[in-house]
Amino acid sequence: MTALLSLAAVSKRFRGLLAVDGVSFDVAEGTLFAVIGPNGAGKTTLFNMIAGATPPDGGTIAFAGGPIGGLSADEVCRRGIARTFQLVRPFPALSVEDNVIVGALLHRHDVGAARQHAHAVLRRLDLFDKRRQRAATLTLPDRKRLEVARALATGPRLLLLDEVMAGLRPTETDRMVATLRELNRETGVTILLIEHVMRAVMALASRVLVLDHGTVIAEGAPETVVRDPAVVRSYLGQSHHELGAG
Amino acid sequence: MPFDVYLNVAVGGILTGLVYGLMALGLSVIFGVVRVVNFAHGEMMSIAMFLAVVLFSAFHLDPLIMMVPIAAVLFAFGYALQSGLINPFITRPEHSQFLLLVAVGLIIVNVLLIVFGPDARTVQTAYAYDSFQVGPLIVDAAKVYAGVAAVLFAAALFVFFRVTLVGKAIRACADNYTGALVVGLNVNRLYALTFGIGAACVGAAGAMMTLIVDVTPMIGPTYTLLAFVIVITGGLGSMPGALLGGILIGLTEALAGLLFTPSAKSMFAFAILVLVLLFRPQGILGKRAA
Amino acid sequence: MAGIAARLTDGLSRRTVIWLVFLLAALVIAPWLLNDYLVTVLILILYLAFAGQAWNIMMGFAGQLSLGHALYAGLGGYIAAVLFTRYGIGPWLGFLAAMPVAAAAGAIIGFLAFRFGVTGVYFAILTIAFAEFARIGFDHLAIVNAAAGLFLPVAQSAHNDLWRLRGDPTMFYYVMLAATLVALLLCRLLMRSRIGYFWLAIREDEDAARAVGIPTFRYKMYAVMISAALTSFTGVFYAFFYNNLFPEQVFNISQSIQMILGPIIGGVGTLFGPILGAFVLTGLAESLNAALTAFGLDLPGAEQVFYGVCLLLVVGALPEGIWPPLARRCGIAERAS
Repeated sequence: MTALLSLAAVSKRFRGLLAVDGVSFDVAEGTLFAVIGPNGAGKTTLFNMIAGATPPDGGTIAFAGGPIGGLSADEVCRRGIARTFQLVRPFPALSVEDNVIVGALLHRHDVGAARQHAHAVLRRLDLFDKRRQRAATLTLPDRKRLEVARALATGPRLLLLDEVMAGLRPTETDRMVATLRELNRETGVTILLIEHVMRAVMALASRVLVLDHGTVIAEGAPETVVRDPAVVRSYLGQSHHELGAG
Repeated sequence: MPFDVYLNVAVGGILTGLVYGLMALGLSVIFGVVRVVNFAHGEMMSIAMFLAVVLFSAFHLDPLIMMVPIAAVLFAFGYALQSGLINPFITRPEHSQFLLLVAVGLIIVNVLLIVFGPDARTVQTAYAYDSFQVGPLIVDAAKVYAGVAAVLFAAALFVFFRVTLVGKAIRACADNYTGALVVGLNVNRLYALTFGIGAACVGAAGAMMTLIVDVTPMIGPTYTLLAFVIVITGGLGSMPGALLGGILIGLTEALAGLLFTPSAKSMFAFAILVLVLLFRPQGILGKRAA
Repeated sequence: MAGIAARLTDGLSRRTVIWLVFLLAALVIAPWLLNDYLVTVLILILYLAFAGQAWNIMMGFAGQLSLGHALYAGLGGYIAAVLFTRYGIGPWLGFLAAMPVAAAAGAIIGFLAFRFGVTGVYFAILTIAFAEFARIGFDHLAIVNAAAGLFLPVAQSAHNDLWRLRGDPTMFYYVMLAATLVALLLCRLLMRSRIGYFWLAIREDEDAARAVGIPTFRYKMYAVMISAALTSFTGVFYAFFYNNLFPEQVFNISQSIQMILGPIIGGVGTLFGPILGAFVLTGLAESLNAALTAFGLDLPGAEQVFYGVCLLLVVGALPEGIWPPLARRCGIAERAS
């Protein structure tokens, strides 16, 4: 079975700094895949290359059988990859509802139909009651959920979440984890996430990739990866040795 | 047309260009440090020009000598403008600040119109019709004096920024706003100072300009645009770039006026602007990509 | 018919609709109640309201600041005027001819700007440069009589000729009123359509808009072209109302600035902002003129100083414009702005 997303020897150089160096991995459809690693490891650069915000300097990125390396961000989204941003970027002056309608309008031409779909997505993410509020007035957790909703409304096959748990309290993290799990289970959407919050990684991911200095230092099931000596050395530290589920 | 004519026109253009360069230098300093797009730049220069005209017609004071006091007056104006009007709104989106200055420019032009009327004024100094002759070269004395004065003023400015403590503090603000705050520099005051300096440049340039052109209230906006063309062409944030841009524009303007119709010469400046914005937005000597 | 009416009024409260109908009725019967001078003032207000709405499409909806909109008005005016004076073609057909030209001019500027990443203030400067280029260029263009100006033959007959736009101020008033209504309806329909949503997204955050699949270049081009095409009508109207065109005036930057004052003072990006702004601005300006005349003062430029001060005050103190806070006070909510 071919993977939904496939990276082969992808690299990116920024003026002498090799941010991503020959990274290869596959993401199977319907799975939850996490990318972890210390700051500056190249995770967001990797994401940006997949999402079309930055073109790769080398290697290939294939999605649903076709190459997407170098395509613009909007083309990538139209192919079926939606993303959120590390620093949340909802459309501030628009209402929650309108934010999601924008996403829903990607594949729908009628505003009424888009609104209906937006409502469905908002309900799933528990934002339906706040739909008339201006996005700028929402709390951080709600803005994160809004970004996920907006991305989801575009009907993606692959959802890229960039540190979506950052800044959330444990209860909010658990809520988001539950939402994402449910999403994956009910719609089958593939989720690729960058995360620092190990609690969420362990709870969500079926497969983990560890990046350090632009290269892959480990890949596999979460329990195996967190015990890998190289990973412990470069990122996790001793205390995570005993980190169990959730 | 004989080569002499081209040469004379070209040299005249370069000299005028030096004054343009000084004007643009003011804009470059303001934008480079305070990051404000001063859309009232040319209008501020027209204030200086009218000051020079009035001082000359009332007291027969040569604009070149009045250059320093006029620059001082414009300094005060710029300082006040920055601290009073621009600074309170420094956190606003850039097009808000831009529109503020558009408004200031509009007010300046029309107040000048009300006070002085639409007719052109000139300054006819004793040496207005003198010229220097060096071989085949015949150059207006007025332009030579203006050009030299511009170079001297610009040189003084370079020295100020390199050598004095205040100058270095201002450059620090430009390089790293937060860093400057952290080190305890009074950024607001330095911004106002910088705007004042930029205005002083424009004031001096205005005084010099009266030796070269006629003065009407309506020329302000034209010079504002010219200043932008020069700064963008020469390179944002680059002081030598502003002078270089000025010379370039002065030269092309003069030659264009000679080869085509004189009244169409600004069209070339705009064509250059469009080309630069498209293909080399950081300008010739610019450091950052625009 | 009922369906269209429902779509147009959807989201507006009953109070708002009643107010609007009342206002419309007042505007329709105005010429019978007012003298010629006041009708001319109203024409100016509607003219600026229309121009403001057209400009608003680029700025308020797609977030691109243009300070050279006089270019499109000038193109519209000159094309219609030349077609009329040389070939006897009526202004409505002239407008049909001018629209694609203005749209093309907008497309060129848009293409150059967007392909090469010229945004924000630099974009504004680019638009100014193009307008200035046209001003100086037309000053030397023989076919439009260059700087000497192009004159339209003044109407000989006593009755109004709608087809050739020759007639008394009242006729022009109704033309402008109808045009402003059309512009308003067009903007409202656009705002609530797919293209309107995409424009708002681009205005708010272009990168995020791209991340949701919006081809931002294409939609920015649409905004520029529609705005330009609409603005060309103001030029056509100007040409046939004043019967003369000078490049110096028509393409002048002060014309561009006057076009944006309405929306900025009223409220950029809103539906009624440009209209309210035009009313307030022109109303106050005319009062100022009346006051000056009453005192026997003739100050050319006083009106512009007034505009400058207004702009200053609004940008400084009321960045949203007059309309949004006013609308909130009156409990009128406008969609998604």
